[in-house]
Amino acid sequence: MNKRKIVPIGPYHPLQEEPEFFRLVVEGEKVVDVEIEIGYNHRGIEKLSESKHWDQVTFLVERICGICSTSHPFAYVLAVEDLLGIVCPERGSYIRMIIAELERIHSHLLWLGLAGHFIGYNTVWMWAWRAREPILDLFELITGNRNSYAMMKVGGARRDIKEEDYPVIKKTLKELYKELNLFKKAVEDDPIIHKRTKGVGILTKKDAISFGVVGPTARASGVDIDVRRDDSYACYDKIDWDVVVLDEGDVYAKVVARIMEMYESCSIIEKSLAKIPQGEIAIEVRDIPEGEGIGRVEAPRGECFHYVRSDGTNRPVRHKVRAPSFMNVPTNLVTVPGYTISDAAITLAAVDPCYCCTERSAVFSPKGEKILNGEELIKLSQEKTQRLRNKITS
Amino acid sequence: MIKDDVKKKLEGKFKEWRVKNPRRIYLVIDKVDLREVAEVLYSHFKMRLSTVSGIDNEDNFELIYHFGYDKTGEIFSIRIFIKNKDNPKIDSLTPMFRAGEWIEREIHEMLGIDFVGNKNLEHLLLDHDWPEGNYPLRKSCILEKRPYPLEERDNE
Amino acid sequence: MGLKEKILTKSLWVYHVSSGSCNNCDIEILDCLTPRFDIERFGMQLVGSVRHADVILVTGAMNKKSLKRFKRVYEQAPKPCFVVAVGTCSCSQHMFRPSYSMEAALDEIMPVDVYIPGCPPKPEAIIAGIVKLIEKVTRK
Repeated sequence: MNKRKIVPIGPYHPLQEEPEFFRLVVEGEKVVDVEIEIGYNHRGIEKLSESKHWDQVTFLVERICGICSTSHPFAYVLAVEDLLGIVCPERGSYIRMIIAELERIHSHLLWLGLAGHFIGYNTVWMWAWRAREPILDLFELITGNRNSYAMMKVGGARRDIKEEDYPVIKKTLKELYKELNLFKKAVEDDPIIHKRTKGVGILTKKDAISFGVVGPTARASGVDIDVRRDDSYACYDKIDWDVVVLDEGDVYAKVVARIMEMYESCSIIEKSLAKIPQGEIAIEVRDIPEGEGIGRVEAPRGECFHYVRSDGTNRPVRHKVRAPSFMNVPTNLVTVPGYTISDAAITLAAVDPCYCCTERSAVFSPKGEKILNGEELIKLSQEKTQRLRNKITS
Repeated sequence: MIKDDVKKKLEGKFKEWRVKNPRRIYLVIDKVDLREVAEVLYSHFKMRLSTVSGIDNEDNFELIYHFGYDKTGEIFSIRIFIKNKDNPKIDSLTPMFRAGEWIEREIHEMLGIDFVGNKNLEHLLLDHDWPEGNYPLRKSCILEKRPYPLEERDNE
Repeated sequence: MGLKEKILTKSLWVYHVSSGSCNNCDIEILDCLTPRFDIERFGMQLVGSVRHADVILVTGAMNKKSLKRFKRVYEQAPKPCFVVAVGTCSCSQHMFRPSYSMEAALDEIMPVDVYIPGCPPKPEAIIAGIVKLIEKVTRK
């Protein structure tokens, strides 16, 4: 493979002068402590929800996070339907499920690309994002937009998937299998990826339970939870599929968990297209009476939890949003210390935070003087890969 | 389903028990019983805390602790009313598990409730310059009104 | 068209700042680098430091925490430096305008050269926006 020269590409977040989103305290090469600071994306969405009416909130929560942009509206409409005590018609449920699984595939491919970039495999980055483009084309075909799809509404799905689109979806997934096989083989065979990710950033099962982690981060540490199976919604209980659980808890387990989940998602979509019935896609909902409801879905990063309370008017009284990364990001307090600085970049990225956080990090000595910033952390990680490669090929 | 086992184990601790549908159970307890009930749910039944919702009602603060039992998908939502709106306090759950650290920090900065026992209640989401005593999620705080003056503009 | 403008628009080096965005626009900007759209063949590349930048791409509605940082970033950019607002959030703060943590729209804080609306704008729209910027500069 012709490896391109690495150009440090600015990731998708402010490369500011004083980032200090993660403050790593080091002694020599080892990280001894981590402090986390967030809040740069805080837009006051929970308060804004109280000023919008029930259908407008669906569009508002879609923009909480761009990558998992279906999970939040999905959890919100499930919460309102829980309040009302209604169930979405079957065809609508299947459509919601297909969109959610397509989103899982595109989100995991995105993460795979970024993880490759942090280790120094820029080719993996380019290929993973190139493999992602047909999925975004599918979204454009079905919903009209590459990224914010607006397919959810209280009572069902907003738009139908036309019968003539089914062959296009199946063909795209068939091509995707070839790309996934390539990534799976690369991760299984490459000794450098093994050296960089096995035994790095281990999250023990005990810590995973104490921090209440969710999603692939939990499943890679042996915690067998998945909202699609436990608190089943849409039509997940009508289809045969498996939950991927591994025991090691290191970065390698997280990579493998996500790749295997992509295979499962492709399989779920194919089975759904075979089983989807004809019929209505939505129930009409007029008023929302007094009450409260809870909705949760398995977003690509974990359990996305929404709670709504109504007092009979046309706006929510309270709308509580809990994104999955809120539970996963604090685990960095235990997974980063004890390892070297060059492993910090990949460990911080392994929980798949819903914002690229390593460039908002800075390394401090115990006395408090700043030594490195986030860009340099990524470069250190890439240099370690180069050293390993030279050692192995020499 | 384990709701009957939970109800038997928590006998005498809850004031109200409502089953909304097979997987959503709501119960009301006194705030002094929080640690005990949480201990039963977390250590004995091995449930997981999903989040805590805080609501500003007219005459009290309401905190709802959402514990989920992953094997069956049931969510037990524990409701606590805090009558003292001038100085709201409640025990922190951080000595039991670490999931509560950030959850309690967020509620503290948004609603102003003090969690006794949580060692770090600094601002999590709001800016460090955000004025003390101004809690955005309280009903008294109006959405469009910013508590600080907008900065000087240097237009072209 | 002067020599300075001619050189300036030959291969633009782009620096990206996100000030409280949902990442949709940011990913579409990064998508421009991937093999399908590949703006690197025009010589445009994303740089790691603002001191090397010709163009600053801003995404996200500006909130208070990000504003301080952003001002410092802008002061360090070597002039002439063009500011491009990508996405509806930076053009007009979108639906987050009334929120308590929002400051002001980007063009109330500093002069903006090109607006690229969309939620998110497609990579084709971003490339078209940069082309419009080049036309604007060379026609000056």
